[in-house]
Amino acid sequence: MCGIVGLLMKNPAWDERLGELLVPMLVGMTERGPDSAGMAVFGKPTPGQTRLSFFHLHGEPDWHAVNTAIVDAVLGTHRVDANGRHAIIHTDSDGEAIRALLKERFPAIVALAAGSRIQLYKDIGTPAAIASRYRFGDFTGTHAVGHTRMATESAVTPDRAHPFTAGRDFCLVHNGSLSNPHLVRRQLEPLGIRFDTDNDTEAACRFLEWRMREGDAVDAAIEKGFEALDGFFTFLIGTADGLALVRDPFACKPAIVAETDDYVAISSEFRSLAHLPGVSHAKLFEPQPRTIYHWSRA
Amino acid sequence: MTAAPMSLMKEFDLARAGVTPEAALRELNLWLHRGLTPDGPKQVRVLHPDGAHSIAAGVDADISIDVLGHAGYYVAGMNKHATVTVHGNAGTGAAENMMSGLVRIKGFASNSAGASAHGGTLVIEGDASLRCGISLKGGDIVVGGSAGSFTAFMAQAGRIVICGDAGDALGDSLYEAVIYVRGKVASLGADARFEEMTPADLESLRELLGIAGFNHDPASFRKVASSRSLYHWNADANQEY
Repeated sequence: MCGIVGLLMKNPAWDERLGELLVPMLVGMTERGPDSAGMAVFGKPTPGQTRLSFFHLHGEPDWHAVNTAIVDAVLGTHRVDANGRHAIIHTDSDGEAIRALLKERFPAIVALAAGSRIQLYKDIGTPAAIASRYRFGDFTGTHAVGHTRMATESAVTPDRAHPFTAGRDFCLVHNGSLSNPHLVRRQLEPLGIRFDTDNDTEAACRFLEWRMREGDAVDAAIEKGFEALDGFFTFLIGTADGLALVRDPFACKPAIVAETDDYVAISSEFRSLAHLPGVSHAKLFEPQPRTIYHWSRA
Repeated sequence: MTAAPMSLMKEFDLARAGVTPEAALRELNLWLHRGLTPDGPKQVRVLHPDGAHSIAAGVDADISIDVLGHAGYYVAGMNKHATVTVHGNAGTGAAENMMSGLVRIKGFASNSAGASAHGGTLVIEGDASLRCGISLKGGDIVVGGSAGSFTAFMAQAGRIVICGDAGDALGDSLYEAVIYVRGKVASLGADARFEEMTPADLESLRELLGIAGFNHDPASFRKVASSRSLYHWNADANQEY
């Protein structure tokens, strides 16, 4: 199964409410995904700044030691915002040196996301527990994607939870399963594309991000994905610009969209949208199979 | 929805304070399954359905149920005798395996509406998504809008009316169910073919449109039925259909 949710504020006055409105959407999808959950939040960029999302896989995180290591290595101006086993590091560099340092010095820490807008949190547990653990309700921003996982394709671990990311300011959540992730992986690895897990969704994420890095717009990348990716999917993609949504040609996995003047909300099922303000007057529709939808936000 | 005296009307609010929506839903379905009495309420209103699953599933009684909002999966599933109206959209599997009665969805219906229904009538006033009437076993389905791909897939008996357009693979691997479609057909499925409308077809269609309350001329529909070429093994077909 799995549940996906997404929210994009069309009205900037609503940016403050992003987390507050998204948490009930995520919790509403608990039955579809009780074992893990995650959320990627896109906010306004700070000029010249990169945001790096890290997760401490096991043991007690010592973000102070991480901070000291970065200071000692003289890697520019930075700030470490610790949030339990997660930390967001804000840096005025492109972040590559910090990622390399942490990878070398702190083997228990994995890099989850990088970019000027994205911050990513994911863990194992019920969606309500994770939302409360990392205070998802306090998050603000322009748009966000969330996922509740019922694992079928790989183990239940925080790094195999969704969203998956690749490159910068790019993430993907998936409801469904792919039957050829290893084939996709064998095509991408010789190009120097590195995988963090054995999860099927990661293959789709890295494939689509690779196509976009090669110059495809999101639509063109997804079109190539229809040929390369075999299986069932509803994909919700978060980029710096907004959200993109697509269902496989058989539309085996559900999705529903509610759009008002103030927001566009996406979910696997209506029950996660029922609490949204103004939803009774929203334009409600199910995305057509093999049709790409996107919504932009400056 | 016709008004009934208050004593004959019962209301369930799935969002009422102090009870989880799950508990409120169980209370509704338990009452519908075991709480009905010959002199009791004949009309039920369900408030704040908010996409909950299995609302009024498994009802076996001559009772009228109005769901005032959007329903989740399997609304009125296995329905027998009851009249269920959803004043909103329905999730996957509306009226799945219905035996008899009338289920009306005022909005759109998600995938597999009316799947394997043995009897009764499902009216979808809006669009139906993919696989509407899959494996239909004798029920009738009338779709006011358009129907998605694989409508009537392997449908064995019953009638499906599509007032709008049909998606790809309409009537794929059809048995003895018949389809009447008014709009464009993206493609026919394996073994499905257009057939001439007979006077009996026109009469049948007039009856179904009347039940649904749709004011279309039966003569504006085309009939799709099985060519029955898959009924028997054909060693010469080279497995290409």
